[in-house]
Amino acid sequence: MDKKLKETILNPILKGNPITVLVLGICSALAVTVQLKGALVMALSVTLVTGLSSLVCSLLRNTIPMRVRIIVQLVVVAMMVILVDQILKAGEGTYAIDKQLSVYIGLIITNCIVMGRIEAFALGNKPGPSLLDGLANGVGYGLILIIVAFFRELLGSGTLLGFQVLPNAYVPNNLVILPPFALILLGCIIWVQRAFDKDLQEK
Amino acid sequence: MEYISLFVKSIFVDNMIFAYFLGMCSYLAVSKNVKTANGLGLAVIFVLLFTLPINWVLNTFVLQPGALKWLGPNFADVDLSFISFIIFIAVIAAFVQIVEMVVEKFLPSLYSSLGIFLPLIAVNCSILGGSLFMQQRDFTSIGESAVYALGSGIGWYLAIVALAAIREKMAYCNVPKPLKGIGITFITVGLMGMAFMIFMGIQL
Repeated sequence: MDKKLKETILNPILKGNPITVLVLGICSALAVTVQLKGALVMALSVTLVTGLSSLVCSLLRNTIPMRVRIIVQLVVVAMMVILVDQILKAGEGTYAIDKQLSVYIGLIITNCIVMGRIEAFALGNKPGPSLLDGLANGVGYGLILIIVAFFRELLGSGTLLGFQVLPNAYVPNNLVILPPFALILLGCIIWVQRAFDKDLQEK
Repeated sequence: MEYISLFVKSIFVDNMIFAYFLGMCSYLAVSKNVKTANGLGLAVIFVLLFTLPINWVLNTFVLQPGALKWLGPNFADVDLSFISFIIFIAVIAAFVQIVEMVVEKFLPSLYSSLGIFLPLIAVNCSILGGSLFMQQRDFTSIGESAVYALGSGIGWYLAIVALAAIREKMAYCNVPKPLKGIGITFITVGLMGMAFMIFMGIQL
């Protein structure tokens, strides 16, 4: 049991990472990574939403009729996202970030990671492991988000979390801020991960 | 004239994939060959074209601050915009379910070629994203929102068919092992996105 629990937590972070291995939830992963701060907030929000909606769906798993389960799941997830959105709007420091993330907070609803974990794990497991599985997947997602945002903010504006890190002589590379670079960077992260882990390579 | 400008802008300048990364999951998963990409692209255009105007009506007459004025003066300062996520996604999921049932009953041949993609679309970010952008940009008429829906649907369709065509050819290329499959696809999409950037400054 202990080993299984450990696997539930560690698997989504490396071997079964939702972004680099399962390729889920890319939409928001790329759009919010221009600034490290936005990426941190997004990572936290997604972790909360996946964890809590996995928990709720797992509690409801024996009462949801199979035919309408997608709509029920969407309603549960939408409620969690509304909660997170309202909390972000209410906080003094987070209101500006909520504005900056704009529609992408709402789009957590259709983030494939959330639905994927509910379908694949929460509907067949007890609430406790489901909560852990949801949270771990959120962390795995957040980790990649933070790596991408780190490079994009460092190279694109020479700052980290808004503080200047690189000297003034550094000319910010504007290409890094544009959307296409996020895709290329993510491609490179996958490249590095698969170079070390031969099991993940595709034939 | 404004409609044409909005139409062209939503296809190229504000392309759902290359400018906003919306609908990326199914974009990457279902772009292995042109035929299936074609089916999914058409389904996305269709669903966007209907759900966005429905959501526009709901947003204008129910959700917006002051939208409930038509019920009486007491409702003039009711603001329901905080539940718009749940309303929009419910409309989309319900619409997809209805379309699926109608198509299955009356157009079996279309259903067999498109069928598997329909349920996928309920969780395609580009559909919900379209509705959220509609809310954010304050479109003034239902026609405007329909034109925007058609334009962004076509933009998404173009993007997925183009990527599928490239991936079909890429099967013959000698790609480094760790980069094979999804890695090189990401880099390809990045380069395509750069090509689409040339439309950025266009003002019609």
